[in-house]
Amino acid sequence: MDNLLSIVTFIPALGALILGVFLRGEDEAANRNAKWLALIATSATFLISLFILAQFDPADTGFQFVEEGDWLLGLKYKMGVDGISVLFVLLTTFIMPLCIAASWNIETRVKEYMIAFLVLETLMLGVFMALDLVLFYLFFEAGLIPMFLIIGIWGGKNRIYASFKFFLYTFIGSVLMLVAMVAMFQQAGTTDIPTLMNHEFGSESFAVLGIHVVGGVQTLMFLAFFASFAVKMPMWPVHTWLPDAHVQAPTAGSVVLAAILLKMGGYGFLRFSLPMFPVGSEVMAPLILWMSAIAIVYTSLVALVQEDMKKLIAYSSVAHMGYVTMGIFAANQQGIDGAIFQMLSHGFISGALFLCVGVIYDRMHTREIEAYGGLVNRMPAYALIFMLFTMANVGLPGTSGFVGEFLTLVGIFQVNTWVALVATSGVILSASYALWLYRRVVFGDLIKESLRTITDMSGRERAIFAPLVVMTLLLGVYPALVTDIIGPSVEALVSNYQTALAASGDAIQVAGH
Amino acid sequence: MESIILFAPLVGSLIAGFGWKLIGDRGAMWVTTGLLFTACAFSWIVFLTHGPETQHIQIMRWIESGSLSTDWAIRLDRLTSIMLIVVTTVSALVHLYSFGYMADDPQFKEGESYKPRFFAYLSFFTFAMLMLVTSDNLVQMFFGWEGVGVASYLLIGFYYRKPSANAAAIKAFVVNRVGDFGFALGIMGLFFLTDSIRLDDIFAAAPEMATTQITFLWTEWNAANLMAFLLFVGAMGKSAQLFLHTWLPDAMEGPTPVSALIHAATMVTAGVFLVCRMSPLMEYAPETMAFVTFLGAATAFVAATIGLVQNDIKRVIAYSTMSQLGYMFVAAGVGVYSVAMFHLFTHAFFKAMLFLGAGSVIHAMHHEQDMRNYGALRKKIPHTFWAMLIGTLAITGVGIPLTHIGFAGFLSKDAVIESAWAGTQGGFAYWALVIAALMTSFYSWRLMFLTFWGKQRGDKHTHEHAHESPMVMLVPLGVLALGSVLAGMIWYGSFFGDHAQVNRFFGIPAHAEADAGHAETATAETAQAEEGAQAADEAHAATTHGEAPQGAIFMHPDNHVMDEAHHAPTWVKVSPFIAMLIGFVLAWWFYIIDPTIPVRLAEQQRPLYLFLLNKWYFDEVYDFLFVQPAKAIGRFLWKRGDEGTIDGALNGLSMGIIPFFTRLAGRFQSGYIFSYAFAMVVGLAILITWITIGGGAH
Repeated sequence: MDNLLSIVTFIPALGALILGVFLRGEDEAANRNAKWLALIATSATFLISLFILAQFDPADTGFQFVEEGDWLLGLKYKMGVDGISVLFVLLTTFIMPLCIAASWNIETRVKEYMIAFLVLETLMLGVFMALDLVLFYLFFEAGLIPMFLIIGIWGGKNRIYASFKFFLYTFIGSVLMLVAMVAMFQQAGTTDIPTLMNHEFGSESFAVLGIHVVGGVQTLMFLAFFASFAVKMPMWPVHTWLPDAHVQAPTAGSVVLAAILLKMGGYGFLRFSLPMFPVGSEVMAPLILWMSAIAIVYTSLVALVQEDMKKLIAYSSVAHMGYVTMGIFAANQQGIDGAIFQMLSHGFISGALFLCVGVIYDRMHTREIEAYGGLVNRMPAYALIFMLFTMANVGLPGTSGFVGEFLTLVGIFQVNTWVALVATSGVILSASYALWLYRRVVFGDLIKESLRTITDMSGRERAIFAPLVVMTLLLGVYPALVTDIIGPSVEALVSNYQTALAASGDAIQVAGH
Repeated sequence: MESIILFAPLVGSLIAGFGWKLIGDRGAMWVTTGLLFTACAFSWIVFLTHGPETQHIQIMRWIESGSLSTDWAIRLDRLTSIMLIVVTTVSALVHLYSFGYMADDPQFKEGESYKPRFFAYLSFFTFAMLMLVTSDNLVQMFFGWEGVGVASYLLIGFYYRKPSANAAAIKAFVVNRVGDFGFALGIMGLFFLTDSIRLDDIFAAAPEMATTQITFLWTEWNAANLMAFLLFVGAMGKSAQLFLHTWLPDAMEGPTPVSALIHAATMVTAGVFLVCRMSPLMEYAPETMAFVTFLGAATAFVAATIGLVQNDIKRVIAYSTMSQLGYMFVAAGVGVYSVAMFHLFTHAFFKAMLFLGAGSVIHAMHHEQDMRNYGALRKKIPHTFWAMLIGTLAITGVGIPLTHIGFAGFLSKDAVIESAWAGTQGGFAYWALVIAALMTSFYSWRLMFLTFWGKQRGDKHTHEHAHESPMVMLVPLGVLALGSVLAGMIWYGSFFGDHAQVNRFFGIPAHAEADAGHAETATAETAQAEEGAQAADEAHAATTHGEAPQGAIFMHPDNHVMDEAHHAPTWVKVSPFIAMLIGFVLAWWFYIIDPTIPVRLAEQQRPLYLFLLNKWYFDEVYDFLFVQPAKAIGRFLWKRGDEGTIDGALNGLSMGIIPFFTRLAGRFQSGYIFSYAFAMVVGLAILITWITIGGGAH
């Protein structure tokens, strides 16, 4: 199969097309068909994506399964994966069937809902595979549209405010990234990502409007991309859209948002920022490291006082993404390995946590922590699963949450001990807010009248959690499954980065860190 | 065999936790207990047959990233095998005991199946603890470290309907995390310095670290001291040393067997184990070791003062545990690791027994824990009484002075105190421990007198129905009593005998010890006094690269504390015994002869009494300093930071920009989604135009 990547990418789109064209009616049967078709399409995508994994050669640090072709207006269609992106592809195809299964209770506009998710999957997969600047931009930005629709149509009461915020943040980032892309094309004469990764952009410092820009063009380009990726991550202080978006989104929307969409920022840093603008990265790294450390402590403290379950988990997500940016800009093997691992692991864990909220939201239609208490009395299976993911969220060794956190911290310690200290204090805060949440929701006596008849998880719900449980524990006990695949590519990334920095050593000296 | 010891509890835990519906309550209890006894039997076989040499057993790969390489692996040496028997023995007995203790728990409703969960947690705890003590590297130790933390959290909060139990569980986990924070930083630092987290590599690099400076938090530190300190912060949390101790008394919210297993005999001693395990590093960190000694002594003292006035039987024993842990740290701090392990070993027996005995009393008294409501129980529960008596004799250190005949605590505690005297030249640590010994004796006898002597107090009905516990609870008491009597005398020579004997026991090459002059010629094997020996051993590659010292513990050639302790003056050797006698007499006078004295004293010295009763107000101070500010800051950052400043700025910005776009978008009769799509299309159009005009992609 020469065009395996395209097949994987476009199966969901094909599913959406079939749904859109052939499925008629609003009755029960049509809805059921829509759900099943979406489930089949996403499951098929997952199964086929396993071929990518099977045939992937970790030792080869270049791009694999590369497809190239022309399309509109002389633009290139180019796809490929390397050790850094391949697992994000798998993460996406893995999460999507679970999202569809978690949406089984959706009743309004089921067909449109499923189409939105299928299109979203195609676009997300495209982001992780695109090897052409324009193609990447297309996938990257277009992916937001179905997400908007999901929040806007199937979301909660304040969805307009949430999407408004989301829009404003993303819009500024996008404009700047677009400008940088134009500039890159102007300088390098190509939109081919592998070529750009080897292109050396100017790094001579110069002055703009009286401001001395260390690292020159690279720093400017870095900042432009940074504006977009930082919002996506999201990094402090541009994170405030996330809690609102999460709160308003339907459960499956939150899962996709947390598990996959956030990872695009981190992926962007690894694909663009570090390899293409090494000097810019080096110049800005100290700032970013501090932003990450602040994010971890700041959002953990904010999480401590939340009253809405989803908001709490959303803030916890921001804190965990802080470890990711910190690991990436530690720019050593442990840091970046850890960052990628953390992103994958967070995909499973935060996805599961949002599903946990979804389980009880479906029953009680509230996310207020106050409305719960003593669920363990009637929902032992739920209590067990929620406990497992709470522990994974606080980074307990033996779960995947630990490996990522630990590696990023090991990475950062070699670069900046202050940041390491501040970031490590996050382990205390995360234990506080996560366990306190768990206690208020699950432990205690069952006193509230409204909860007297609440039922434990159904077979379908258990089946959704099962793969997430397996992955969280498996990667926690045997992380080599991931590190074997990403290791060589990360090693190449780090050594290229160091080489590039050495080549333009003076710029770093000026940065003086 | 080692793997079976390690994984049998895990298997039991999984079967009981997930399969109890198939095998039933009793099935789950029998499976976990049976597997634990198997592990226990194997542990004793390993302990008795495995020599002092160090053995590494690989199980599986774990975290790998660049030069960082971690395996799941077992390190088997004398330290490990001592901990194996301590953990599995106490755990097996506690499993058995729980058959009786947990039989009809009033916290649960009729028909609720809570026993499999309890046994599964106990077994899971045992597994995590075994992972901790058998670890070959620091990260796996951290796994066990946090694993026991979780098990402890689950078991403290076992009565999940009780708010106080839930609060105590969270407190235990979070305070331990403060310690883990230090431990984790220590691991990162050691990796940074030595490029490895394997114990052997770190040990080998220790002498070099002693002469290395590391920049940490913009300050230059001695690498060995800093790393040892960070690891010790972890030990402080787990072993409830002063400042990180507040969780331990609250942990008594858990069922009593849990207190015996986790919060007395095993988990809380993990910190002591860590310091002993890291002895090759600790020996090169003199300032940190001085701190360990000081803090251990301070903890022993403070905890003992609080123990004097507590009324809850379990809390008295909890403070006693904290105090005894302080003793162990003092021994480790002055560099006599074998004695720290000795006290850990004997303490596990008598403290587990005191807790299980207390559990038996509580069981008899229908879950009444306030000693003010006990009294005259000697006749009602005679077996429990005898067990508690033996435990009290052991912890207070009864024996024949200047001989090696006595209860377990007599031998090990005196060894600690003699070491403290030798290690600090009769300084603060020594005096603190002697005074603490007096107080130990006082509060232990106070407990006995209040419980078993005097008149019946409290609810009459409860007293009438007080009954002796069943055999399943008495047998573990009997076994532990045996250990409390004999463990000290049997193993005295191995832990605190003459130098050669201790060396043999811990597998330390004989010539590496005792005498710095001899040690220098021995460096080829031990690579410790690198500088001095370089000339003699130039041919030997091991010297230059450094090699981990052999043996389970390591004592620097200059470390003569153990020998000096043996030659301590007679008054030093007798001092703990005298302190014990004074404590006993005082308790006798206060609670048997004239029980009005304590009441009057408490009234006369009201502020002091309240200060002690409220545990030196640590909880209140921490709440004021940390908990409330954290919440206030969180609320401030949320309301003022996120919603005020960031969103405020955003909204201000939006007032200017957004209307413009909404007007544009308005033409499409829609909201922001279309305005966004519109912006994106415009953007794409610009980009594509540019590229097309620029002459295509190439």
